[in-house]
Amino acid sequence: MAGQVERAEGGAAPRLRPPRDICRKARWSGAVVAAVLAGAAGAQDGRVSTYEQMAPELRAMQDDDFSNPGLLWAQTGEELWAEPSGADEVACAECHGAAEEMAGVAAHYPDWDEESGQAVDLAARINLCRQRHQGAEPLERGSEALLALTTLVALQSRGQPIAPSEAPQMEAVRGQGEALYSTRMGQLNLACATCHDDLAGGRLLAAEIPQAHPTGYPQYRLEWQEMGDLDRRLRNCMVGVRAEPFAAGSQEFVALEAYLKARAVGMEMEAPAIRP
Amino acid sequence: MAVMINVPETAAPGEVVEVKIIISHPMETGFRTGSDGKLVPRNIIHELTCRYMGQEVFRAELHPAVAANPFFSFFVTAQESGEVELSWVDEAGETVTETRPIEVG
Amino acid sequence: MTTRRAFLAGSLATPLILRMEPAFATPEEMQNAIDAFTGGAEVTEGRVELDIPMLVENGNTVPLRVAVDSPMTDDDYVEAVAIFNEINPLPDTVRFFFTPLSGRAEAQTRIRLNGTQHVHAVARLSDGSFWSAQTNVVVTAPACREV
Ligand code: HEC
Ligand code: HEC
Repeated sequence: MAGQVERAEGGAAPRLRPPRDICRKARWSGAVVAAVLAGAAGAQDGRVSTYEQMAPELRAMQDDDFSNPGLLWAQTGEELWAEPSGADEVACAECHGAAEEMAGVAAHYPDWDEESGQAVDLAARINLCRQRHQGAEPLERGSEALLALTTLVALQSRGQPIAPSEAPQMEAVRGQGEALYSTRMGQLNLACATCHDDLAGGRLLAAEIPQAHPTGYPQYRLEWQEMGDLDRRLRNCMVGVRAEPFAAGSQEFVALEAYLKARAVGMEMEAPAIRP
Repeated sequence: MAVMINVPETAAPGEVVEVKIIISHPMETGFRTGSDGKLVPRNIIHELTCRYMGQEVFRAELHPAVAANPFFSFFVTAQESGEVELSWVDEAGETVTETRPIEVG
Repeated sequence: MTTRRAFLAGSLATPLILRMEPAFATPEEMQNAIDAFTGGAEVTEGRVELDIPMLVENGNTVPLRVAVDSPMTDDDYVEAVAIFNEINPLPDTVRFFFTPLSGRAEAQTRIRLNGTQHVHAVARLSDGSFWSAQTNVVVTAPACREV
């Protein structure tokens, strides 16, 4: 189901997650958040990738392709790219050529899909190719195979500037994303903007609050010990404020990504990024 | 099993070169409960060996405290052209061997 | 060789939280493990360089580098370096075995640390002597954790 968003102006009571506190001490308490609100340095002027805030060892892990585990997924993606698939027994490579042909593609996603009349993120776009052009079943969101293909395609845009889609329909989608971004949600009643605009650069527990630029997805999060997509990262944030997360691949997440990408226009793509 | 191995393609005789390897593997500790509430059975890569010129050059013995998708870097003295062989085995009995050529001269 | 399919199937079956929950090793157990490695021989502090960030943002993947000062010749080389931790479920962490052909007694890997603790490196040299280094690592938790 779609996530439950509590609007600041009131309305129906939010459906809250049951307090399943299985992490030792990691859930944010109201007190912790209040302390952050009181002590934060405030938003920074310039936009910076979370990369800039990371310890040198983690930056080194990301920078060296023989050390960045994300490249393992890209390698699996290469195999899938070349493998005939679906009822049509046709490989991605047969239509698209080498994976390098995908240079710059990830930088303009999410984008508008005329045929279905909706915005799609990169993973959904790949699944459309599976369904429409390979006669195959869509791959499960967050599955190893879909992450591998998405990582391979995203890798081809590494170092390129984020260049949001110019499809006119995307304006409205970004508008929805911006609205979600500034809507308070969850038991802690915080908006994305509260943390990532107002408090960016401050600290939450031991973590520095980043500006939340989606430059590095799919990414290898040390917390996950594997690759994950932006949906998964955003679900972590929503659970953090004790909101019911939106469904993987939902229009809400696509809209949020479209807004985040516009907010990060011109910043360098760095997938597969490493993050703590 | 995806793997990335970096052995320099060429080296001078006597040069000490760095070898890097990263292997996709969950390194299941046996201490973790899965979504069904049951312990996930332990399965780690427990040994990684590097051979060159018919000899073992380097070996690592891994325990559950080695992170998922294990990464190793170590050194080999280049002496003659040939192959650097890396092999590893996990507790499910999966053995993998990969070789990379090195030209010494 | 694993086929890619087997790899994918295996990974898909893996749920997402990989964290060591139980913490049942103790510094005494670590000392026992070190004694088993050294056979009770005397260990001298020195010659070993153990590089781990003093503060890590996530204990799931902590970069570690160890290097031992040695000429690495046929009659004077480092045979092994063992890494021990105090409070993970098991005190043994990883062991490296070198040969003169290694050229350098140095290796890197990434380890899991179940919280703030001391990590020890003990090296066994070809002359039968043991050398060590230790470092304290503060492990903090990320804020938005996976549930
Ligand atoms: C039979 C030919 C064919 C196959 C096979 C195919 N595609 Fe496509 N792909 C297309 C076409 C045509 C488009 C343009 C959009 C459309 O018409 O659907 C496209 C578009 C794309 C795009 C978006 C490009 C952009 O600039 O927005 C991506 C990404 C993509 N494909 C990835 C893949 C991947 C990954 C696979 C394999 C899983 C694949 N495709 C298989 C024909 C194919
Ligand atoms: C209570 C503060 C808080 C709120 C509210 C919050 N986040 Fe976060 N977010 C964080 C922190 C802290 C991190 C960083 C790291 C961590 O979890 O340790 C983060 C990380 C991120 C990242 C990862 C950036 C990168 O470099 O990959 C993105 C993207 C993000 N948040 C987006 C969002 C969105 C979108 C929302 C609203 C749905 C949101 N966050 C709500 C605190 C918050």
